[in-house]
Amino acid sequence: MDATAQLPQGLEEKHKLATRWFHWINFPILSLMIASGMFIYWAYDPYRVGLGSITLFHFFPDWFYNVTQVGHKLNLGMAIHFALAWIFALNGVAYVLYTAISGEWRELVPEKKSFREAALVAMHDMGFKVALPPQGRYNAAQRITYTLIVFMGALSLVTGLAIYKPAQLNSLLALLGGYEWARWEHFWLTMGYVGFFGIHIGQVIKAGWANFRSMVCGYDIAATKEVGHGA
Amino acid sequence: MEPKNIKLTPQQEIERRTRRSFMVMGGGALVGTAGLATLLSGAPEGDIPPGLRKILGFNESVVRTALYSNDHLVQTYPASAIGKQKVNGDVGIDTDLDMAAWKLEVVPYRATAPALQLTMDDVKSLPRHEETIDFKCVEGWSTVSQFAGARLSDFTAKFAPGSAEAPCVGMRTPDSEYYVSIDGPSAMHPQTLLAWEMNGNPLEEDHGAPLRLVIPVKYGIKNIKRIGRIEYTAQPTKDYWQERGYDWYSGL
Repeated sequence: MDATAQLPQGLEEKHKLATRWFHWINFPILSLMIASGMFIYWAYDPYRVGLGSITLFHFFPDWFYNVTQVGHKLNLGMAIHFALAWIFALNGVAYVLYTAISGEWRELVPEKKSFREAALVAMHDMGFKVALPPQGRYNAAQRITYTLIVFMGALSLVTGLAIYKPAQLNSLLALLGGYEWARWEHFWLTMGYVGFFGIHIGQVIKAGWANFRSMVCGYDIAATKEVGHGA
Repeated sequence: MEPKNIKLTPQQEIERRTRRSFMVMGGGALVGTAGLATLLSGAPEGDIPPGLRKILGFNESVVRTALYSNDHLVQTYPASAIGKQKVNGDVGIDTDLDMAAWKLEVVPYRATAPALQLTMDDVKSLPRHEETIDFKCVEGWSTVSQFAGARLSDFTAKFAPGSAEAPCVGMRTPDSEYYVSIDGPSAMHPQTLLAWEMNGNPLEEDHGAPLRLVIPVKYGIKNIKRIGRIEYTAQPTKDYWQERGYDWYSGL
């Protein structure tokens, strides 16, 4: 790849090369972790949304298992999960280290004003006519979400390790509330990614081609930026 | 490569970069897909692809080197925590137990003499230990149960002296229908029992009477019921669930 030191004229750098690599490696790996995780979850699938004897939704109904064909693959699921977990973990740890060392974290972590601004962004995105606050590389809602998702990733790794070796990681397991809670946490973090994915894809489609392209090539045309959105 | 002296418009420049990035991504996707295909291809080794089997082995060596210790005990519970009991698995115990015919064969490490033949009285002559532990099934559920019996390490010291150093311990049911192979350190873990009591009562047939293995540092699949033979070996021996695609180590 080009040295990014020389910014081509008329272009504006949006995403660093490293960030793009981390992102695009994580996407397929996390997808495969979720798929193999489903193979594992199927063998014991107690979670639901409901209260007492009323179940609103059971994870997962038979039709879902029939459509996805995730059943009867516990052995394969465990083997794939514990193989790709290495890539998921190494990529995640490398990303956090990179963000910390490069200083990129400053553009990523929420600020004091982010929570109020995020509400404005959310209202704007839902179609309300509110003025958007000036934004850096990431708007307030993105700062909160992208930071949260990194913490979730770390928690997935920690809860996963605790379920994987509960006897050897006894104290870690206790910290997470024990074996059954750790599995519950691991599951709901995963559901969190699925929810995030849905919203993320929606936002990407809404933001349009130039935004998507910037996550691929790293740049956008400087002239296309709106007043008030500049980095 | 574009000649350096031709100045591209920003639009041309970004198109060039996007094309190149997509090519790199396509290359990456190809490499990734090829890697995954390699991982999943080949004649299955114990019902899963050999690549995955290798990684399970690698994970095992990492855990055994960096994490496992016989000083790491599993959590124990008060008797009041004993939960709803579940019976899972009847391979090797689906015929009625014939106590008159039952005996425990023991083959020490590097044995030259014929196998020892032990009775329940022999086993019960060892110090009795009781533990209430969370029994974890490979399926994902777990149940708190209380077991009592002799430590396998005590058993080994008395009936197979010198075998504590064996790299592996193999066990099987009298009919040889169910069989497990366990790494030596886990077998010698202080919470690994040869149990004859469960939740304060003599072990029931469904749960592995007269003698079963309780090894809480392993998934339930290693906790073999109705043991008929114990063998201390240099190499892993046949393992029922390893043959069916599960991790040979299956350590917790």
